[in-house]
Amino acid sequence: MPDTDHTPAAAGSAGAAPDAPAAPGGRRLVSGPGLLLVWLYGVITVGAVSRSVYQISTEFDRAPLPYTLTGAAALVYCFITYSLVRGGERARRAARLCCAAELAGVLVVGTWTLLRPEAFPDATVWSQFGMGYLFIPVILPITGMLWLRVRR
Amino acid sequence: MLDALTVAIGAAALALAAWCGFAALRNQPTKDWHFIGMGVVTLLVLAQLVVGIVMLARGQRPDEGSVIFLAYLVGAFAAVPAAGLLSLSERTKWGSVTVAAGAVVLAVLEVRLYDIWGTPGA
Repeated sequence: MPDTDHTPAAAGSAGAAPDAPAAPGGRRLVSGPGLLLVWLYGVITVGAVSRSVYQISTEFDRAPLPYTLTGAAALVYCFITYSLVRGGERARRAARLCCAAELAGVLVVGTWTLLRPEAFPDATVWSQFGMGYLFIPVILPITGMLWLRVRR
Repeated sequence: MLDALTVAIGAAALALAAWCGFAALRNQPTKDWHFIGMGVVTLLVLAQLVVGIVMLARGQRPDEGSVIFLAYLVGAFAAVPAAGLLSLSERTKWGSVTVAAGAVVLAVLEVRLYDIWGTPGA
């Protein structure tokens, strides 16, 4: 609340508006490279959510820690995808924060799986820094934060 | 039958990815021809979905379980159409890049499907 409040005022007040036919309600985060980003986040959300739903509902007792971590990752991905689609300044900040949390999660869990493999009878989406997912889990938050750095 | 379809779809998906990637390199959005290509790939995946369900109904079981198999079939079916719809909202080269990424995702899903089904033959 106390920080500067960038509510979307009348059109054009924030200087040059790059894309004229923006969605009503302000800045679109899903345009240009943002579309690719939201697509990849959408894919990884579907992947993580379906994986964690399956694992937690069928074989949770086998590896509680990895499955819980995957579930947490799925929630973060859901929220980022939703924020990107919703757009606007607050969503941008929230999504950026979550990208940072995601990156921290990938790094911590990735290191953890390398140091203490015995704690992980089964893989999570973030095991070995997301190697099973072509390292997308570690690349996405970085590109995400770069994309969300600028106010749109 | 299923394995042949899986390989064919993987190859078609990579071709689609290359084609749309080429369009993106030339700074072009997706055009009618690209959508026809996406349609062909989607038809193939639809055929795979039907064949997969029929095989499950006949009592054949994939190596890694029916639920995972079905989930991947449905995901594979959704990948390219979803990317195509997104590219309609972004009439720049980034729409083409997104479809190319969608096709790569489909190719990866086909590799996984191949593993999930496992047993050769059928």
